[in-house]
Amino acid sequence: MSMLHTINKSPFENSSVSSCLSMCAKDSSILFIEDAVISVMKSTKFTEMVENSLKDFRIYALKPDLEARGLSLNNVIEGVEIVGYDKFVDLTTEHDTVQSWL
Amino acid sequence: MKYGILINEGPYQHQASDTALQFVKAAIEKGHEIYRIFFYNDGVNNATRLATPPQDDRNITKEWSSLAKEHNIDMVVCVAAAQRRGILDKGEAERNGKDSDNIEEGFRISGLGQLVEAGIQADRLITFGD
Repeated sequence: MSMLHTINKSPFENSSVSSCLSMCAKDSSILFIEDAVISVMKSTKFTEMVENSLKDFRIYALKPDLEARGLSLNNVIEGVEIVGYDKFVDLTTEHDTVQSWL
Repeated sequence: MKYGILINEGPYQHQASDTALQFVKAAIEKGHEIYRIFFYNDGVNNATRLATPPQDDRNITKEWSSLAKEHNIDMVVCVAAAQRRGILDKGEAERNGKDSDNIEEGFRISGLGQLVEAGIQADRLITFGD
């Protein structure tokens, strides 16, 4: 059974990102939205953690939320897929359940 | 696919109401059905028709209302959360001795059972909020 995890808070604000990455099952997918999109940027204190978790999870970030925050798409960690709302919807259908980390 | 949507955050907290609105629009665009949208906790603040944001600001209550009308979406506001925050329909206003109601067209007030039922009936229940 596959699960999609969405996270909407910055890792600088609370521990949802690190909790999710440390707890969710292998071959889960993780979608960063809203303030959480900063998690997929290079050169932050969370970059290494996110890069390492690409071994176990598919990681996505919502493009309109990156753009709204002026975060350059060129600075996104390699291996992270940048998606729009249409793919967000597809991800919820492709997985059996959706867990929102708040 | 049938979707249930849970919104726990008001229109002026973070971004959840807007994310939910964009998600719902994208899901409809793809031919999915929105079984119900349930507004809970501060999410009930999406339902007041008395909110008057500046003209250059988005009016998310109106956007919900017109989207629901266009696509015949059931939008439910939690009664207990609504009463705490002064969101009333005509019946609740009369029952509680208030001088007016303020719920926007397209929203209805009901209980948590409607959320549970959406969880059972829908293929996916997606949560947006704090």
